[in-house]
Amino acid sequence: MRVRFELFSAAREAAGGAEVEVDLPPGATVAEAAAALAAARPGLSALLPSCRFAVGDSYAGPDRRLREGEAVAVVPPVGGG
Amino acid sequence: MIRVEVVDAPIDAAAVLAAVASPAAGATALFLGTVRATPSAPGAEGREVVAIEYEAHRPLAEAEMRRRAEEAVRRFGLEGAAIVMRVGRLALGEASTAVAAAAAHRAEAFEACRFLLERLKESAPVWKKEVYRVDADPTG
Repeated sequence: MRVRFELFSAAREAAGGAEVEVDLPPGATVAEAAAALAAARPGLSALLPSCRFAVGDSYAGPDRRLREGEAVAVVPPVGGG
Repeated sequence: MIRVEVVDAPIDAAAVLAAVASPAAGATALFLGTVRATPSAPGAEGREVVAIEYEAHRPLAEAEMRRRAEEAVRRFGLEGAAIVMRVGRLALGEASTAVAAAAAHRAEAFEACRFLLERLKESAPVWKKEVYRVDADPTG
């Protein structure tokens, strides 16, 4: 299944783009998708462990299972204000 | 009443206060976070900030802001809570964040305002990038 990552701030800069699509086995988790993302964009590897992920308008834990076509936001450390 | 919003235009503090107004409120605390000249980014010591560019994941940010505001209303028994965060390029002195809390008494209003701020710093997907003054070439 295809999952689209939306990258923000430092993650976008590290990946060199705002969107990355990855191909995953059906039922893959957020953690598995993140590993696929790191493989697709090695520039993100150092930053990803400190990122959170979100699906829709909620944060999603590493065990959250993804569905075909879902968008996952990569949320680098925040602190702006 | 709860009002949360990510905006592109300058924050209207009076409108934020109006959003939390209630006849049951005897105390309203308003916090404004503003762009300051002193940098906070690592390695930027000694430079002068002239602007900050803010970016947000808008749907997630507004949902988080609403969850935090609802949490504060429950926890402090507020009559009103409002959070407005601005994105885009903000000049020195402009407000990037406004938080207002209205309660029957001042202790809850102050505490709730601070509570909201600290929670937002942890969870609102908003990022900033400082823009520094570039000195004109003295030989030019």
